Amino acid sequence: MVIDILVNGLVAGGIYAVLAVGFSLIFGVARIVNMAHTAFYMLTAYFIFVGTTMFNIPLVASLLIAIGLITIIGLICFKLFFDRVKQHETTVMIISVALAMLFQEILFLVFGGHYTGIPPIAKGFVDIASIRVSYQHIFAIVTTGLILLGLWLLLSKTGLGKAIRAVSQDREIANLMGINVNQIFLIVMGISVALAGLAGAVIAPIYMVSPLMWIQPLTIVLASVVLGGLGSVGGCVVGALILGYTEIIVTFLVPGGASLRGAVSMSIMVVVLLVRPEGLFGVVFEEERL
Amino acid sequence: MTYLLLWYGWFRGEILAIPGRVIALLFFLVLFGAPLVTQDPYYLRIITLATVFALFATSWDVLSGFTGQINLGHALFFGVSGYMAGLLNTHFGMPPWLTIPTGALTGVAVGLIAGIPALRLRGIYLGLVTLTFPLILLGIFFTFPEFTGGELGISGIERLAFSRILSYYIVVAVFTLSVFFMWKFTDAGSKIFRVGLILHAIREDEITARASGINTTGYKFLAFAVSGFFAGIAGGLFVHYMRIAAPSMLELVFSFQAILWTIFGGVATIYGAVAGVFILFPMLELLSLTEWGEQSRFIIFTVILILTLLFMPEGLTVWVLDKLEIKCPRCKLVNVFTRRTCRACRAPLRNQEN
Repeated sequence: MVIDILVNGLVAGGIYAVLAVGFSLIFGVARIVNMAHTAFYMLTAYFIFVGTTMFNIPLVASLLIAIGLITIIGLICFKLFFDRVKQHETTVMIISVALAMLFQEILFLVFGGHYTGIPPIAKGFVDIASIRVSYQHIFAIVTTGLILLGLWLLLSKTGLGKAIRAVSQDREIANLMGINVNQIFLIVMGISVALAGLAGAVIAPIYMVSPLMWIQPLTIVLASVVLGGLGSVGGCVVGALILGYTEIIVTFLVPGGASLRGAVSMSIMVVVLLVRPEGLFGVVFEEERL
Repeated sequence: MTYLLLWYGWFRGEILAIPGRVIALLFFLVLFGAPLVTQDPYYLRIITLATVFALFATSWDVLSGFTGQINLGHALFFGVSGYMAGLLNTHFGMPPWLTIPTGALTGVAVGLIAGIPALRLRGIYLGLVTLTFPLILLGIFFTFPEFTGGELGISGIERLAFSRILSYYIVVAVFTLSVFFMWKFTDAGSKIFRVGLILHAIREDEITARASGINTTGYKFLAFAVSGFFAGIAGGLFVHYMRIAAPSMLELVFSFQAILWTIFGGVATIYGAVAGVFILFPMLELLSLTEWGEQSRFIIFTVILILTLLFMPEGLTVWVLDKLEIKCPRCKLVNVFTRRTCRACRAPLRNQEN
C-alpha cells in the first residue's frame, strides 16, 4: 500500500511536473497562457499510437518521431496564432482553448471516441517489498527526473538559460541588452511543446489514450502551476508533486475517491491561493497584485 | 395625435437613424414573431435553446467583459441553479415559477462565494481559480450519486409550460427583460444607473477607481451577484425546458462555450454575446442536419472562432457596426454609413477621403 502510493504518486507527480514546467516556462517568458499545452501531450500519444500500430515503426523510433513532429506543430501554432495576438493575454488564452478543442475534434473524427492503448517501452515488473512495480513506472520516474534535471541545468548553467530568465524578468530591458526576444519566445515555445511531447511519450503506455485525455491533466497542471506560483519553474514542480501525491492518496484511501481526486487537489489550490495569492514560491509582480 | 407624432419623431431619431438599433429591433421582432411563421418543433427548439444560452453568455459578459473579473468557470452558476431547480422540482414538487427564481437566488449566493477570490486575485490568476470551482463541484456530485443522480443527472423534471408555444414565449420574454436590464446596468453613459461607469472603471484601472473613492469590493461583489442571478435564471430555464439536469452543465467545455460565443460576437457589448450565440448556435445545429456536418461541425466551429480572433479581435458585431455606423466628429452623434454629412449638425463625416 505505502509503496503503491509512493510509486504511483511519484509517476503522477512527475508527469504533472513535466507538463507544468512547460506550461509555466512559456507563461513566464512570453505571458502566453497556453491551454492547448496538454492537447500537445495528447497529440503525441496519438502519434505514437499511429506510428506503432499503423506503420509498424519500432516503439523508440516512433517516440522520437512523435516528439519531433509535435515540436514542429507547436512552433507552427505559435507562429500562426499566438505570435500575432500575444499582446492580448485573454485572446491568446481563448485561441489556445479553441485550438485544443480543434485537436480534440479532429482526433474524434479520425480515431473515434473509444479508448486505445500503446505497448509499454519496458515490459515486466520487479518486486519491491513484495509489491509489483512495473518497469514502465520505473522508466517513467527516471525519465521525468532526468528531464527536470536537464531543464534545470539548461536554465541555470547555459547562456541560453540566462537569456530566457532575463526575458522572463524584463522583456524590454532584455531586448535593449541585445537579446533577440522573439527568437527566445520561439525557442521557449519549442522547449515547452517538446516537454509536453516527452510527457506524452512517457505516460501514454501507462494511461489510456482517448481524445478527451487533455482535460483532466490540464486542470491539474493549471492547479499546480498556480499553486507553485505562476512563472516559477521550481515552484510548479513542487506544486505538481503535491497534487500528484494528493490525487493518488485520495484514490487509494478514500472510498469512491476516484471521482473526488480532482476536487481535492483543486480545493488545496484554492485554499493556498486564498492564503498566499502569489502561490507557494511565486514572485510578486507589482502590477498584478491588488 | 401630437403624442403620436412626438413618439414617432423620437422613434425616427433614436431607432431608425442608427443601424445598430434597427438591427436590434428587427431581431426582437423576429424573435417574438417566429411562432407565427413556423410552429415546427425543431426550429422552435433551436431558437429557445439559443435564447437560454444567449442569456448565459450575456451574464458572462457582464462579469468578465464589463467588470474585467475573468471567470473561466461560469458554468458553475448555470449548473448550481439548474441542479437546485431540478432537485426542488423532483423532490418537493415545486412548480417552475418557484424553482427558477429560487435557482437564480442560489446562483447569486454562489456568485458571492465565487467572488471571494476576486478580492485577492486578478486577471489570469482569478480565471484559473474560478475555472476549478465547477470541477470541484462536479467531483462532489459524482461522489454522492444517490442525491444528484451522478453521471445520469436528474431526469423527469416538470416542463416549463403545457404548450410548446407558451414555453417559447416565457423563455423569450424572460430573456428580453433580462438582457434589457443588463444592457442598462452596464451602460456607461446611462443617466439612471451609475453602476455601468464604475464597472468600466474597475476593469480599466482598479487602483485608480479605488483611489477615486469607489468601493471596488462592493461593486465587484455586485457584478458577481448580478451575473450569477442571470446565469441562474438561464440554468433554471434550461433545466425545465430540457427536463433533465445533467453533469455536462458543469463541464469545462460548457464554461468555455459561453466565452467563445461572447468573444466571437464582441466582448463587453451585451449585444455581442447575444449575436454570437444566435449566429453560432443555430449554425451548428443546422450543420448537424447533413451527414458530413454532423461529424465536422465542431471543427468548423473552432476554425471560425480562431479566424475571428485573428482577423476581428474585437468581435464580429464591433467589426460590423464599425462598417455600418459613423460617429460625427463634431457632435458625437451616430450616423448611417451612407450619409455624407451628420444628420444633426451637418458637419462633413468623411473629410479624410476628399
